Amino acid sequence: MIAELGHYALMLALGLALIQGTMPIAGTRSDDPTLIGVAAPTALAQFAFVAVSFGALTICYVTSDFSVFNVYENSNSAMPLIYRLTSVWGNHEGSMMLWVTILALFGALVAAFGGNLPVKLKANALAVQAWIAAVFELFILTTSNPFLRIADAPLEGRDLNPILQDPGLAFHPPLLYLGYVGFSISFSFAIAALLEGRIDAAWARFVRPWVLAAWMCLTLGIAGGSYWAYYELGWGGYWFWDPVENASLMPWLAGTALLHSAVVMEKRGALKVWTILLAILAFSLSLIGTFLVRSGVLTSVHAFATDPRRGIFILVILMAFIGGALALYAWRAPLLKQGGLFAPISREGALVLNNLFLTSACATVFVGTLYPLALEALTAEKISVGPPFFNATFGPLFVPLLVAMPFGPLLGWKRGDLLGAAQRLLAAAFIAAVAVAATFAVQHGGGPVLAPFGVGLALFVMAGAVIDLAERTMILRIPLGTALRRAVGLPRSAWGTAFAHFGIGMTLLGIVVVTAWGAERIAALRPGESVDITHYRLSFDGVFNRSGPNYREVVAHFTVRRSNGDILGSMEPSRRTFPSRNMATTEAALMRRGVSQIYLSLGDPAADGSVPVRLYFKPLVLLIWLGALIMFVGGGLSLSDRRLRIGAPRPRVAKAEAPALQAAE
Amino acid sequence: MTRKRRRLVLIGGALGVLAVAVALMLNALRDSIVFFNSPSDVAEKHIAAGTRIRIGGLVKPGSVARGDNLKISFDVTDGDRDIAVAYQGVLPDLFREGQGVVAEGALDSAGKFNADTILAKHDETYMPKEVADALKKSGHWKDAYRQRAAMPVEGGDK
Repeated sequence: MIAELGHYALMLALGLALIQGTMPIAGTRSDDPTLIGVAAPTALAQFAFVAVSFGALTICYVTSDFSVFNVYENSNSAMPLIYRLTSVWGNHEGSMMLWVTILALFGALVAAFGGNLPVKLKANALAVQAWIAAVFELFILTTSNPFLRIADAPLEGRDLNPILQDPGLAFHPPLLYLGYVGFSISFSFAIAALLEGRIDAAWARFVRPWVLAAWMCLTLGIAGGSYWAYYELGWGGYWFWDPVENASLMPWLAGTALLHSAVVMEKRGALKVWTILLAILAFSLSLIGTFLVRSGVLTSVHAFATDPRRGIFILVILMAFIGGALALYAWRAPLLKQGGLFAPISREGALVLNNLFLTSACATVFVGTLYPLALEALTAEKISVGPPFFNATFGPLFVPLLVAMPFGPLLGWKRGDLLGAAQRLLAAAFIAAVAVAATFAVQHGGGPVLAPFGVGLALFVMAGAVIDLAERTMILRIPLGTALRRAVGLPRSAWGTAFAHFGIGMTLLGIVVVTAWGAERIAALRPGESVDITHYRLSFDGVFNRSGPNYREVVAHFTVRRSNGDILGSMEPSRRTFPSRNMATTEAALMRRGVSQIYLSLGDPAADGSVPVRLYFKPLVLLIWLGALIMFVGGGLSLSDRRLRIGAPRPRVAKAEAPALQAAE
Repeated sequence: MTRKRRRLVLIGGALGVLAVAVALMLNALRDSIVFFNSPSDVAEKHIAAGTRIRIGGLVKPGSVARGDNLKISFDVTDGDRDIAVAYQGVLPDLFREGQGVVAEGALDSAGKFNADTILAKHDETYMPKEVADALKKSGHWKDAYRQRAAMPVEGGDK
């Protein structure tokens, strides 16, 4: 009954989406306020029905209703409640449901809180949002229905893929989807602006909070996925340049560029056409990501059971939306009034530079990810494009971006003073130079040559962010109390910028240090033997068995000592066997030392009683994810900025403002 | 600076960065891509020793031999041809005889494949796509495997 209710609610949601997608457009064409007024209530109702549908599926999972095929395939009554809940989206059908639910949620949020938006812009944007929703709801109903029943219900489910039985599944997919789908809002607003044929600086102000929120979620989602892969897959890697990872990185890069270009548009009225294009691209890349992950063209942990019909359906959606959006852009963009130009050395110039490098980096990831697919389709030759490609392309493009990054916030709008900015960054450059010299000295000429420069760059970026704040608060130059008052009075977005940039520096520092000075040992150990890594000694005490709710595990007990013999604690990596799927997973053991980690994972025990172990020392590795967390906090600070919170001016004001701005150009 | 010159700087900068990006990509595509080959391909193509390639197929049942120090050797087969693979390290969780596997590394002069990466993750019904295609090509794609991958369910109305 519950499943049928969910199925029916989804059909009704599709019907509502079709109304929401057509009436408001007709209304804005014919200036009919009644039709325009249809948009907001249908958006809210559509979300309500999608939510009912998603809720119904969740209930089926929580109550372990194995007469529902999807639940049977991906759940098991022995699983703890948290995994029964998260397995709702631990499969293709359910994850598409989550996608659509979040999409409808964003539409409803715009409908509910977009009171200060120009009426027509809001109606058109909601209509575009509804097209996306309608197509994906149709996709679910026709090719990926999670509510199908089995005639004679089995007593037990097949269980969730053990790799996914992890708390990470509770956070990673929803955050990632909040990011992916969050970019649908800027996409819808971009299309709405193109449909209307007018765009002004206020547009950027409406869109920026949505982009920021999506970007924050995507940042945390990617970082969370990276940490999950790091500890779950047992290889100690945090980023594999796997196509699925790239699929999430591309919208992040485009979204980051969009975030910055929207600032220029909001503050200076320039880069309008470019910002619109980025808004289209960011969401298009999210769609491509969905296609890559969901269609089964790629092999990865994320490719669940595949069905060619789905791939073709998503490909058609992709071509319709991306092709349609770009065609509309090509047709209408020339009609949009161009913004003013500015001096190359200025805040705007710096932001353009940021956009250039980010989009180029995004393009290299795009080529690296899709080239193998294209080549295989054209020549049947199979290739893999791995880390060497991305290190050779993405890296060199990101370095100048990071070098330029601290300069940006120190340059003034319109006409900046590069020399002045450089002088203010002298302290940061000094810190970086000392770091480079110190790391070289510590290495005694050995070790990776580029690593000290990487450390220097990371510290330059971090110090640059601090200097930016110091300059704004004038700390050390005026009495402390006054400086603190200035700090409090500083716009939150300035704090946000500094935090986000500082976070990038932290992440870079973590990556450089762990890549250059991480240590790895592989050994086969018998009980009583020990293995050394850097200044730690791990001794293997023996194995014992333990059983979990739906698995058995063999646990190895290790005692960790410092080189001088002090006991630091114990580590218990294990191998779990899930009888329901006859599958084993490795559970690595991690010991934190400051922001560094000792990482230990087991292989399959050999016949002679020895256990193969992989042991890593990962110096400063936690900075990689802490940096992302700081970026998230920075985004949050920006989002709480009074100007964004109060948001856009009232429509009347916006109309008065727009011509004034255009006249000034 | 005149309006025209500003525009020139902007466009010039954009083209410059783009050119650098394209150059980097072309260079990297020449040097750092890895071709996938089935054991039959390896036999036909006479791939030079030391060239980085990926090979894939099934781990031949009965061929896995473990040595000291986590050394392991096994044969990868596509039904027609076998290729001997040597690897040292901890194998992924789902490495099993008769299962699909992808290995990355290079051939030595004796024709043995020295792998530095073994990929066999994912779940028990999973078959790397390259491996499936290689098996289909060699005509040894077992229907049984496909059935298991499709997971037929009694009463399932899909």
